[in-house]
Amino acid sequence: MAGYISAFFIGGVICVIGQLLMDGTKLTPAHVLVLFVTAGVVLTAIGVYEPLVKFGGAGATIPLPGFGYSLAKGAMEGVKEDGLLGAFIGGVRATSGGITAAVVFGYLMAVLFNPKTKP
Amino acid sequence: MAKRNQTTENKKYQEYVEKNAPKPNYLKNCIWAFLIGGLISTFGQFVHNQIESRMGLSHLDATNATILVMIFLGALLTGLGVYDLIGKRAGAGSIVPITGFANSIVSPAMEFKREGFIFGVAGRMFSLAGPVLVYGITSSVIVGIIYYLIG
Repeated sequence: MAGYISAFFIGGVICVIGQLLMDGTKLTPAHVLVLFVTAGVVLTAIGVYEPLVKFGGAGATIPLPGFGYSLAKGAMEGVKEDGLLGAFIGGVRATSGGITAAVVFGYLMAVLFNPKTKP
Repeated sequence: MAKRNQTTENKKYQEYVEKNAPKPNYLKNCIWAFLIGGLISTFGQFVHNQIESRMGLSHLDATNATILVMIFLGALLTGLGVYDLIGKRAGAGSIVPITGFANSIVSPAMEFKREGFIFGVAGRMFSLAGPVLVYGITSSVIVGIIYYLIG
């Protein structure tokens, strides 16, 4: 149960930060998404995001900084295993499932469904 | 002289626009973002726990499988038109989770279907998700190189 509460809290707080950026500045959702994935990479590199994932679980991995976390962690683990080559193959290797799912399911749903007329 | 008048008038108009533009309701928007973002994350945690215990996957594999499930659901709900209804209220609460990433892929792809399946659907899929991948992957490679140099 504690895992659910911390996931709710961390996931909620990350989204509130995004909301404040969208309301308080002139940043569009696209800017916020790019900013968040890059922030996830940087925070993971300096060792800040890992404790957040340990505490928040899905609350830290489901929001977009979690995608940056997986990329950065994969790249660093890749370097440990394969040296410099690992910097190039590690990140996408760690996130390949998500990227492939986004391509395949995204295409499938876009073909199957048509946009609803906005009320 | 006339030009100067025009610029002051422009300035006045700009001030008028800024003063009268609707101000976002910070508190209400933040509460919605917190609730929906939190709920999506909690549901993700539930999916993760189910996968880990029922399918006997390792923690890391279960995390990846959860991302897969969430992307599938985000794409499906967007196709059904449900996700945009949530997004009207939730704002960043529905944009920032990975389901919002799936939403950003399916929405423009559906919208531009009339332009065909190559340039329309497939071409527009990554109009928003593309930049995320470009900046995410590029910064992760930079982090990897730095880690290689100092590690």
